[in-house]
Amino acid sequence: MNKIFLIIGREYFSRVKKKSFLLTTIGVPLVIMAFYAAIIAISIDDSEEKQKIAVIDEANLFDENISSDNKLTTFSFIKNETESSFTKKYKNQGFQSFLYVPQFELDNPGKFVLHSESSASLTTMTTVEKIINKTLREKRLLAKGINPAEFDKISGEVSLENKLDTKDGAKKSNAGVAYGISYACGILIYMMMIIYGTQVMRGVTEEKTNRIAEVVVSSVKPFQLMMGKILGIGAVGLTQFAIWIVLLFSMQLCLPILFPDMISQINNVSTEESKESVAMIASTIEGIAALPIAKIVSAFIFYFLGGYLTYASLFAAVGSVVSEDQQEAQQMVFPILMPIILGFVIMTKAINEPNSSMAVFGSIFPLTSPIVMMGRITYDIPAWQIIASALSLIACFLFFTWITGKIYRIGILMYGKKPSWKEIMKWTFAKG
Amino acid sequence: MNLLTLRHLKKYFATQKAVDDISFDIEEGSIFGLLGPNGAGKTTLLRMITGIFYPDEGEIIFNGKKFDPLNDASNIGYMPEERGLYKKMKIGELALYLARLKGLSKDDAMIAIKKWFIKLEMESWWNKKVEDLSKGMGQKLQFVTTVLHNPKLIILDEPFSGLDPVNANLIKDEIFNLAKNGSTIIFSTHRMEQVEEICDHIVLVNKGKKILDGSVKMIKQDFKENIYKIGAAMDDTAISSELFDVVNQDAQQLLLRLNGDASRNQLLNYFIQKNIDIHSFNEVLPSLNEIFIKLVEDTPATRKFHSV
Repeated sequence: MNKIFLIIGREYFSRVKKKSFLLTTIGVPLVIMAFYAAIIAISIDDSEEKQKIAVIDEANLFDENISSDNKLTTFSFIKNETESSFTKKYKNQGFQSFLYVPQFELDNPGKFVLHSESSASLTTMTTVEKIINKTLREKRLLAKGINPAEFDKISGEVSLENKLDTKDGAKKSNAGVAYGISYACGILIYMMMIIYGTQVMRGVTEEKTNRIAEVVVSSVKPFQLMMGKILGIGAVGLTQFAIWIVLLFSMQLCLPILFPDMISQINNVSTEESKESVAMIASTIEGIAALPIAKIVSAFIFYFLGGYLTYASLFAAVGSVVSEDQQEAQQMVFPILMPIILGFVIMTKAINEPNSSMAVFGSIFPLTSPIVMMGRITYDIPAWQIIASALSLIACFLFFTWITGKIYRIGILMYGKKPSWKEIMKWTFAKG
Repeated sequence: MNLLTLRHLKKYFATQKAVDDISFDIEEGSIFGLLGPNGAGKTTLLRMITGIFYPDEGEIIFNGKKFDPLNDASNIGYMPEERGLYKKMKIGELALYLARLKGLSKDDAMIAIKKWFIKLEMESWWNKKVEDLSKGMGQKLQFVTTVLHNPKLIILDEPFSGLDPVNANLIKDEIFNLAKNGSTIIFSTHRMEQVEEICDHIVLVNKGKKILDGSVKMIKQDFKENIYKIGAAMDDTAISSELFDVVNQDAQQLLLRLNGDASRNQLLNYFIQKNIDIHSFNEVLPSLNEIFIKLVEDTPATRKFHSV
């Protein structure tokens, strides 16, 4: 028993000590977090310069009164100037741009012009545009004898919110967040199974072609060598997750420190867009909080381990029968990849229809369940399905390990020609 | 006392009888040669002795008890013909890992590794990677990892392939030393000159069966053909007698096969009477190589595949 820990230790440390492990483990979440941080930083950025806009209002559209939501943009009305005469002067008077409103028909206003020396920013353009359109609408309403305040009341919209009636009381749900998390978990398991499974396969083939396997199995049972490798690499995977989770949480804690103004700015935002994005961030955070985090994390660990162990033993068996020829390996890996890909396809369906019969089947069938179940995990799943899924996954893992152990034991000592499927079947049922 | 006894070992694979009823004893402290052409079943036999394969039939007695692969692993060191080491590992760590797999504690393993690394002048290798070693250096490392845990039984499959003469001698001396200190060595090869030099006792297998078993001296006696070499100055002297047949003759020496019951003294008498000046006379024993080729050629060299 002691020896299997030696093997696990070697497999584990020889991988964890590699530079590439550190790079992917710490680098990937850093890049993702930096990306999000950049998005947040940009969306709440308040460092836009103040805009002073001059207005020549020949049509008297605004009645010398413009109210702007954006405190950074201020308007001043200019009298006794024409469009052409003021074009030369506005820069010297400290305006970045000036709006020229000519005489126009209320029902067919044409285009208004915003003069500026360098092209005006999108924010400025939309701000000005909104103000013009709002004012125009009010003017038109009044012309038709409708009170604008009445109109606003009539056209007021409702927003739809989804409340979850869980045991812990009602929570706000965010379908988008649930969807995203499910999808991310499913993809992560899918990728991890293939990446770590392939690592197991490569390791086994390496040991076989190096002939170190023969030295090692004169000290330990072949099964110990196989399990040691599978468990060691699985531990590498778990370590990677642990580091990622710790990083994510510490980043979340760091966020307010890195952007101390964020909270105050949420109440103090100036533009419509940043209000929207802040609201989106807030609702995302709320949506994440509404998710059963503990359930997701524990399910993730269980299905990662179950799926990984089941498939890793298959990958190990393939690694043991092929020789150096990578093409051979690809041919034999294909039947293993098929159910993984099938699981992925079912998962994408299951996210949209978590209770369809396809999704239920996919999340219980052990070869697809790790991926499909993660796709449904944010929805409420009946307990019997979870139990059936877990039990069949464990049973499948035990069965595969038993079978592949037999193939591995013989395959790892066979050199030369690749054995046929018939021969492999014979090994499987050989005694002793 | 016999360290290892094989009784009626059999191992059949799907297409061939790899080992077909082989029995022999190996005395403790001896250097034992296991010989045979390619595909004779040597590797399968060795894999059963190391516990990698289980025999279909027959039993293995190791150290007076029935062989138990798991517990006896620490008493066996196996160096397979195809060398195997983890290329990316550091040499010191690899040696430590393999020694601990054999059941040594970390401290004991370190002591043994240091001792052997100093003995074979490998101290500076500790932090090098296996992939940086030349073939011969890898061979030395493999030998060290085989004997680190001071096993009772050391199995060496072609230990000298890839070694230069200096390192081959170094390893050869270590093999003698290990045997002197009580280890038993099974030496598998088809390089006959090494066998003659090193082994006390040999077994020849072919097509899964044992075809020869005995000490090197005894086997040579058994296979001698009464051939003698006479060194003498013979200038076209016609030599012929009922006592012998001439096998080969040139100006300085003569190869003769003694007939039936003729004695050596009669032979010498013949030359003395002819007044030929003899400066050397000795018996020519067959080399193991000749015996090997003779025995193996009697049977078709390549195995036929057939179902069992």
